[in-house]
Amino acid sequence: MSAPVSRFEAPTEVEAAVALLAEEEGARVLSGGTDLLVQMRLGAGAPPLFVDVKRIPRLTAVRLDSNGLRIGAAVPAAEIYENDEIRSLWPGLAEATDLIGSTQIQGRATWSGNLCNASPAADAVPALIACGATAVVAGPKGERRVAVEDFTTGPGKTVLERGELVIEFEVPAPAVHASDAYLRLIPRTEMDIAVVGAGVALTLDAAGTVESARVVLGAVAPTAIRVPDAEAALVGSPLGDESLSAAAAASTAAANPIDDKRGTVAYRKKIAGVLTTRAAKVAYERAQAR
Amino acid sequence: MAKIRVETTINGEETEFLCNGQESLLEVLRDGLGMTGTKEGCTTGDCGACSVVVDGRLVPSCLVLAAETGGRTVDTIEGVADGQTLTPVQQQFLEHGALQCGICTPGFIVAAEKLLEKNPNPTEAEARYFLAGNLCRCTGYDKIIKAVLDAAAVMREGRA
Ligand SMILES: Cc1cc2nc3c(=O)[nH]c(=O)nc-3n(C[C@H](O)[C@H](O)[C@H](O)COP(=O)(O)OP(=O)(O)OC[C@H]3O[C@@H](n4cnc5c(N)ncnc54)[C@H](O)[C@@H]3O)c2cc1C
Ligand code: FES
Ligand code: FES
Repeated sequence: MSAPVSRFEAPTEVEAAVALLAEEEGARVLSGGTDLLVQMRLGAGAPPLFVDVKRIPRLTAVRLDSNGLRIGAAVPAAEIYENDEIRSLWPGLAEATDLIGSTQIQGRATWSGNLCNASPAADAVPALIACGATAVVAGPKGERRVAVEDFTTGPGKTVLERGELVIEFEVPAPAVHASDAYLRLIPRTEMDIAVVGAGVALTLDAAGTVESARVVLGAVAPTAIRVPDAEAALVGSPLGDESLSAAAAASTAAANPIDDKRGTVAYRKKIAGVLTTRAAKVAYERAQAR
Repeated sequence: MAKIRVETTINGEETEFLCNGQESLLEVLRDGLGMTGTKEGCTTGDCGACSVVVDGRLVPSCLVLAAETGGRTVDTIEGVADGQTLTPVQQQFLEHGALQCGICTPGFIVAAEKLLEKNPNPTEAEARYFLAGNLCRCTGYDKIIKAVLDAAAVMREGRA
């Protein structure tokens, strides 16, 4: 028996994409294909319909203004990382994006695929959450905005309903003395899945006191998680040994990882704390330098 | 189901082919169009043997659907040399003996050409990172990196 043949559509309007996704059960959005096509090769089977969203102008547009970034869901990682303004305003988010795969993968991989694939170890997701990003979702009932931190509900599971797709991301402009950082630990220097990822975004006052903090961990729970206790530990003083070790302890406590060949539970919990302090220091230095 | 008709530009030539929805660009290049210069290693994005350039971006052709390339430009290893004249990258691969079995070579050359177009004077570390998605099980990489860095030097002299 030969394999069933998939339909392929490349609509040029959001409404057409929504209609295709709504009408065909099992239809899949194709952004970069670096998760979808790999899963297909590894035996998941081809979907009845691919909806290539890269011909929809809104999904490939990049707009930066004083409010922040509004970026199409299908913009590839390479284009994001090459953008000097994005790199200088959200260096941690840019670095997390650049960590995804090789140069070749970078030419394809998107934030929307990273988010919608809903791997607990997705690198862009903790950084997007740290930066307060929102996903704009289009569907049969119109558009809705979902905070990235509320988007993933479990491994491979998201809030998307039938007919819905992510069309854009909004990333609010950082305050005057604010910046971010993302660090991950992998067993080698390139091309591996995060053992732990940590994204931290800090806003300082003119004197260098931390006014607000967002601390997000990846790969240590079924979804990326914010760590409110670590955030509270960092706020209210300039970054010092005391607040850093309290934040590390909070991240270690919040981490709820699995045991696998990349790391044991105890190791991952410890590293969650270590990366929290390191990312906080980098974000702090960057915020001061702005 | 009827096959999809795709019109695209491959190595500067307008090309037309038929494919199924789930067929990769790699499959169509090799099996449909007989352009076997692009190699298949893993089909899962890990090895870089299938590297091609689509609309100016280096991508793994195993993770591109052929149907996506309608109206786009595709550049493959077959379009790198100018007839019988090799590029400095190709020439340096020969001079350094930067290949053994050769299955990784087209991917490395396509990727290295892209690297040197973006960064005419890469450091060794930059070259290694850029090419980290190209795997070679034979050479140990050193000769490949030397070939790329020497090709960069040759190209800079050529421009000066
Ligand atoms: C060799 C290799 C190395 C990798 N390394 C890393 C790494 O270091 N870190 C990391 O985080 N990931 C890594 N990945 C995984 C993958 O590249 C990323 O998750 C990437 O961001 C996925 O984006 P994509 O556009 O290719 O997704 P696709 O494969 O196009 O889509 C992924 C899923 O999301 C759905 N989808 C895509 N776009 C939308 C949308 N707009 N709306 C709704 N649903 C959508 C698809 O239907 C599919 O289910 C790697 C993959 C490979 C092959
Ligand atoms: S065959 Fe495409 S990356 Fe290996
Ligand atoms: S020469 Fe054999 S894989 Fe590189």
